[in-house]
Amino acid sequence: MSDQLDTEPGGERIHDGDPSGTTDVATQRSLETPHSGGELETRFRDPGLPAHVYRHSDIDPKAAKRREREVATLFGLSTLGTLLFIVAYFAIKPNDTSGSELIDRVGLSTRLLGLGLGLALFCIGAGAIHWAKTLMPDDEIVTERKPMRSADEDREAAVEALKEGAAGAGLGRRKLIRNSLLGAMAPLGLLAIIPLRDLGPLPGDSLGETAWGPGKRLMSDPAGRPIKPEDVEIGGVVHVLPEGIEKSEHRLNEEAKATAILIRLAPEDLLAQRPDRKGWDVSGIVVYSKVCTHVGCPVGLYEQQTHHLLCPCHQSTFDVPRNCKVIFGPAHRALPQLKITTNADGYLVAAQDFQEPVGPSFWERGK
Amino acid sequence: MPTLEERAGNIANEIDERFGTAKFVRRSARKVFPDHWSFMLGEIALYSFIILLLTGTFLSLWFRPSQGQVVYDGSYVPLHGLKMSEAYSSTLHISFDVRGGLIMRQIHHWAALIFVAAMIVHSARVFFTGAFRKPRETNWLIGVALISLSIIEGLLGYSLPDDLLSGTGFRIAEGVLLGIPVVGTYLSFFLFGGEFPGEDLIPRIYTMHVLLLPGIFLALITVHVMLVWYQKHTHYPGPGRTEKNSVGYPFFPVYTAKAGGFFFITFGVTTLLSAFATINPIWLFGPYTPTQVSAGSQPDFYMGFLEGILRMFPNWEITAWGYTLSLNVLVPTLIIPGVLFTLMAIYPMLERWVTGDNREHHVLDRPRNAPTRTGLGVMSIVTWLMLLAAGANDILAITFHLSINSITNFFRISIFIIPPISYVVTKRICLGLQRRDRDLVLHGRETGRIVRLPNGEMIEVHEPISEADLYTLTQHEPRHPVELEPVTDSNGIPRRSILSSKIRARVSRFYFEDTVNPPTPAEVHELEGHH
Repeated sequence: MSDQLDTEPGGERIHDGDPSGTTDVATQRSLETPHSGGELETRFRDPGLPAHVYRHSDIDPKAAKRREREVATLFGLSTLGTLLFIVAYFAIKPNDTSGSELIDRVGLSTRLLGLGLGLALFCIGAGAIHWAKTLMPDDEIVTERKPMRSADEDREAAVEALKEGAAGAGLGRRKLIRNSLLGAMAPLGLLAIIPLRDLGPLPGDSLGETAWGPGKRLMSDPAGRPIKPEDVEIGGVVHVLPEGIEKSEHRLNEEAKATAILIRLAPEDLLAQRPDRKGWDVSGIVVYSKVCTHVGCPVGLYEQQTHHLLCPCHQSTFDVPRNCKVIFGPAHRALPQLKITTNADGYLVAAQDFQEPVGPSFWERGK
Repeated sequence: MPTLEERAGNIANEIDERFGTAKFVRRSARKVFPDHWSFMLGEIALYSFIILLLTGTFLSLWFRPSQGQVVYDGSYVPLHGLKMSEAYSSTLHISFDVRGGLIMRQIHHWAALIFVAAMIVHSARVFFTGAFRKPRETNWLIGVALISLSIIEGLLGYSLPDDLLSGTGFRIAEGVLLGIPVVGTYLSFFLFGGEFPGEDLIPRIYTMHVLLLPGIFLALITVHVMLVWYQKHTHYPGPGRTEKNSVGYPFFPVYTAKAGGFFFITFGVTTLLSAFATINPIWLFGPYTPTQVSAGSQPDFYMGFLEGILRMFPNWEITAWGYTLSLNVLVPTLIIPGVLFTLMAIYPMLERWVTGDNREHHVLDRPRNAPTRTGLGVMSIVTWLMLLAAGANDILAITFHLSINSITNFFRISIFIIPPISYVVTKRICLGLQRRDRDLVLHGRETGRIVRLPNGEMIEVHEPISEADLYTLTQHEPRHPVELEPVTDSNGIPRRSILSSKIRARVSRFYFEDTVNPPTPAEVHELEGHH
């Protein structure tokens, strides 16, 4: 850029302080240019491409030589980058160490490899562009555009050719062939869809059933220990899964539906419960599905002060004392409640499975 | 011993005798490419795609697309003994045990972000300069397809490592599928091979991510670039640049060196970024389990606007005759994005209908000379940014110590207020700039020199602008709303589509009624006569 000589094409700048009082002195040149017909009055004339400005390197061989050296230096730096990459690759093998050093070694290796590769690539690019901008010809050239539309005769000839071909095939005449071909092609799409049927089983009732059932102990997640009511203080929270879930055939599928959260409320906080949910808790301990009824994220944030459960994905907020009713956010339905009781050994157990499908709404969930 | 040139000539001869390449080379070597920094945005997208192919191939040599469960015993001790999928454990292997694996992963992820970002900015450039006008509508449509597919490709890509964050993305995708009326559960069971998360998802999306979608990208990008070549690139207005010519540098050697060099610069910068800026450190998130999620979960930026709509949409759900329609999921994730992308896709046709302009355009618009279009463009960007911010409402709440509820409610209301304001403001700014251009042409440039006349009057001297500037400021066509067609045609027979004609005239008035047209030589002449 610094190479640009400061030459103004056609730079005669006049009207320095015209004493006639004319402040509005624009554009005489354009107006005075003789023009054909009345076009003069509506549009300004296109003065054409500005004169070419020569660069230092175009007229000064020394400057050109300097540019050449700069380009070569950039290409040389690229070679150094490649060398750096190769050296770093063989010198650092991060997993030779283990433990806490690993992350540092991986970080060092990544930075050196990235630096080498980045330099190798960037300097080739910078060199090529510097070369193009300072040493390659920079005269702008002009080509004509032709309209995209074909010439009339070509269009006519094309239509003719197609008509002739269609007539030869008898597309218009032989309706039986045309119609039966259409009849054969139309259902072909089905063959692309039908074989996809075995992508998965049909849903059936599986979305409405979880691994919870009468007598299943509540196990803390991830420790996997059974829970007694006296283990949980007021305000305490335990993430729970049903006993034995780790042995199920599709563990993650079962966990995705059965995951639940246990919260112990103060007795006075339970007064806002729905009357038909009386007896679903064990001395203030209530259990709700942890799968958000919006799009299924685990509702894992419990605010002890307000007794709100918050979904970290889309901020649906559920009010625990009122049976996890939605009080804010995009979820519509309350979190399903799990009825619990204690077994003979005093451990918390489910009294039954959830009484409605857990998780996001779906079309036939009410059926 | 033949000289180098002779040997090259021999090879060229062998090739030409088989493929007749000389004809093509003769035409193409001096093909003109107009030059402007904004034309590089599309190049960045193209080069990022190539970087993605290269680094993606490298990663695929070690990645195991499987949800088979293994117990981890690799180099990264904090996760020892944990059950995880092979996909996650092989991603850990790439990060810690394959030399250069982590830098390749980071380049791949950064290049993906740059790919989408460059396409979005490129499309904005094309929009604001009117480069989508006839004959380039097809390339606009291809661009819209590429942007929308890239969002899906990105989602699949960051889901493959099967870490806690990516699995959460597909949990939400399951919720979205379930929300589709009638067939939702079926679609979900077919995608996951049964219940969520199942064991089929990762292998399935792997094939889509590395084969199906890249194949479609390659085909669309090839057509996109060939059309640019065939239809010739647009150029910005200026002296010597017309609708009938193309002004710029020759393909060989200047453009070859610049574009080729720019590929290496893009690759180099992406690599340096990846060397020093960690992205997606999956070892910190742990393996996916549907029972956990980390607070502050954020998708990649290109998903942000969808996340924003999903977070701010009201919790409407309809239940009737035992069937449930989840408007709170269906509308924000499928219907609204569908409408937005459709509007974007059909905009060129819409504008052509409004302007009634059926001619080819190769000279770009200066954005100020299309105030309504520029206003609509800025309004779209503002909407997009607001949705992006709404998708990060939890981050905003924590950063600025605000209530998440008030932030969400603010977005719910202001999404209907701020974008229209941004439209009006932008349009006013454009009209102001157009008037300033008019002033420059009619009165010249202010020089800041005050001159005292013999009669004592003080005036500021104005200087005429150069002929080149004058042309650049006045080259655009005057615009007028399309007229309402007469109720009867030239034969006195009543027209049939009076309503569509009325709508068209109305929309056209909305576009052009307050347009500022370029001054004419006649106006300048009149001013001078006046003095």
